[in-house]
Amino acid sequence: MKNDTSISIPSHPLVISRRRALSGSGAAVLSASAVALLGGREALAAGAKVRAEELESDVRILNTALGAELEAVAAYQLGAESGLLSKAILPVAIVFQSHHKEHAAALAGTVQKLGGKPVAPKEKYQFPVEKLKVEADVLRFAAGLERGAISAYLGAVPLFADRALAQVAASILGDEAMHWAVLRQVLGEEPVPSAFMS
Amino acid sequence: MTGLAGLLLVTGASAAQNATTLARGEQVYARCAGCHAIEGNRTGPQHCGLFGRRAGTAPGYNAYSSAMRDSHWSWDEKSLNFFLQDPMKALPGTSMGYAGVKDDGERSDLIAWLKQSSRTGACKPIP
Repeated sequence: MKNDTSISIPSHPLVISRRRALSGSGAAVLSASAVALLGGREALAAGAKVRAEELESDVRILNTALGAELEAVAAYQLGAESGLLSKAILPVAIVFQSHHKEHAAALAGTVQKLGGKPVAPKEKYQFPVEKLKVEADVLRFAAGLERGAISAYLGAVPLFADRALAQVAASILGDEAMHWAVLRQVLGEEPVPSAFMS
Repeated sequence: MTGLAGLLLVTGASAAQNATTLARGEQVYARCAGCHAIEGNRTGPQHCGLFGRRAGTAPGYNAYSSAMRDSHWSWDEKSLNFFLQDPMKALPGTSMGYAGVKDDGERSDLIAWLKQSSRTGACKPIP
């Protein structure tokens, strides 16, 4: 039986191929395995092939997701520094923020591996600060972002040409759905309000 | 008298239907909240003042794809309905990597709510 972690991937030539693909050099059929390297998921790498224009589209989707993750990091920072979160909630918020940081790092690394340029954090985010008066306001704000992120990933999963990327996006989706459920629970709402998400 | 009562009934039913539509539209908009807000530019542009605005011109938002900037679209019910059904197919190259709101009824409710909530005067952009 083949060991999943033993797949050998010539990562350097693949990166070069992707850069060439993104520069629009034509109809090269590319292996997308470098993507699966994120999070140590080398096993996902086997056999995926995407065309140059599909790769470009995948990178665009990843960069949009990266922008949203960076915004989530900033939003949790705002919450953590608001002074509104109790001692019991603050560590949870910081853990959730650390997940978003991990998502962002993984997405940025993947964009880079695919020859794209990862988006950078904004200098300033437009958050509804004046509406955050008590802890519940902060938690509702965070829950709204997490809820939207679930749908965003759900809407992105079927679009990836590279199925390994779709799997990674689904993995992030699962984590953000857990954040949403916990936040709803803390707010006294039904943590899992439906059997399906859209 | 009967005519007036009938008119009131119809008007009342229409208002209730409208409220239901808007409530459903707001629920659908929750899916957009990962990237969008009415009153602020986020990963995606703000929706305040959306209707009648030329695509790619939300004030203060500078992360548009060239596809959106060059689309020459103007946002109204028709263009939103077309775009939101399948953004990447409707406008190849868009940064909105989202499969779309496939259900016609949900899309219609969403657009109705967006129209109501994004009216200048009903919303105030975050400075």
